[in-house]
Amino acid sequence: MLTDDGRPIFLQIAEQLENSIIEGALAEGDQVPSTNELAAFHRINPATAAKGVNQLVIDGILHKRRGIGMFVTTGARGLLRERRRARFAVQFVDPLVAEARKLGLALDDLHDLVDRSWKDSR
Amino acid sequence: MNGPSDPARPSPLDVEGVTHRFGGVLALDGVAFRLDEPGIHGLLGRNGAGKTTLLQILAGQLRPGAGRVEIFGHDPFERAGTQAQLCLVREGQRYPDGFRVHHVLRAAALFFPHWDAGYAARLAADFELPPRRAVTKLSRGMLSAVGVVVGLASRAPLTLFDEPYLGLDAVARQHFYDQLLADVAAHPRTILLSTHLIDEIADLLQHVVVIDHGRVILRADADDLRREAVALTGPADDVEAVVGNLLGTGPGTALARERLGGVARVTVRVGGTAPVLPPGSAVRVEPVSLQRLVVHLTSSPAAPRDGATAAGGAPADADAGTTTTPQGALR
Repeated sequence: MLTDDGRPIFLQIAEQLENSIIEGALAEGDQVPSTNELAAFHRINPATAAKGVNQLVIDGILHKRRGIGMFVTTGARGLLRERRRARFAVQFVDPLVAEARKLGLALDDLHDLVDRSWKDSR
Repeated sequence: MNGPSDPARPSPLDVEGVTHRFGGVLALDGVAFRLDEPGIHGLLGRNGAGKTTLLQILAGQLRPGAGRVEIFGHDPFERAGTQAQLCLVREGQRYPDGFRVHHVLRAAALFFPHWDAGYAARLAADFELPPRRAVTKLSRGMLSAVGVVVGLASRAPLTLFDEPYLGLDAVARQHFYDQLLADVAAHPRTILLSTHLIDEIADLLQHVVVIDHGRVILRADADDLRREAVALTGPADDVEAVVGNLLGTGPGTALARERLGGVARVTVRVGGTAPVLPPGSAVRVEPVSLQRLVVHLTSSPAAPRDGATAAGGAPADADAGTTTTPQGALR
């Protein structure tokens, strides 16, 4: 669940909620777990959980309905996919290429590996 | 913690310049911090750092030699009403002769105005405390469980736990942490907990105060401290180049240096700034847990201390805030 990669826990909470939305576990319009539920589930401080949720409110992914709770905003899934795609090259492709170079793989080798993985993953 | 306090809603806890001596030994030296928000906060430090003395002063059980303590705006030593807002769970708490577990819980009901007897009974059952057992016949762990039950069920607006887990096994400790989290969420209040088992509780803590040799050496939000220090590992020359860059450009401090053949690991206090690595660098950046950070910050080359000898340690060696370079891996 939460990793110990040194990133602030509030960012990890925000990212997990984002993943749930991208994967469809949380649909647009759904209510998200309360701060206290998140805190109890992940065994973290409620203030930290609240900070993660608030980050998504600032980003326009969640919105608050007074007295009821937090909900997934319409269009949130598309927005998140767009944002993740923009980061994809830096976050995933660059490290892949760096490791391939370190191991002395040629670009063609890399192409073949990606092709095979792409087909296998269907 | 930061910003001015609101006189209409005084802080649960406000400490300024608290200094205390036992004979010629300086146990606390100008301790100052404030807790403004309800939640679970940690008081961390080694044995003999002054944690217990500080908690006793906060609870009004000990009058500080100098300085000011305010609990919800009042001196806990001066005003009886403040005592009703407070609960201190001490390690190795003593109870009157002949007391059984159920006597302790009934006495607590009289003492703490926010006491929840139903919750206390549920907790006592959870911790498998025999109600009719004499307190003197309890095991170390059961005695700790009595303290935990009293501390939680007191629902005191400011609850202080001084290493409440002695003798509790991992299952019982987890139950304590889960109950703490759930009950503080349901009944918001301020908890200050001193502990050595930092890894177990780090994620539950909102604010942390670290004391060493009687001085506060760090106050911060626990989540922010996840980026306070990093460990850089890789070929020694590459690591030292990155470290040199970090120390040269920012307020970085090297906390520890370790070597294994040609590989070096340097722990650097970076204060939240991510180290910049040259492209293709073989240096790995790894997080440093709160427990490791506290170990690094409070390590001195001296042998491990216990309460008695540490209290006797000369205050002259309390060089808080300066670089320490512990030898080898400290686990």
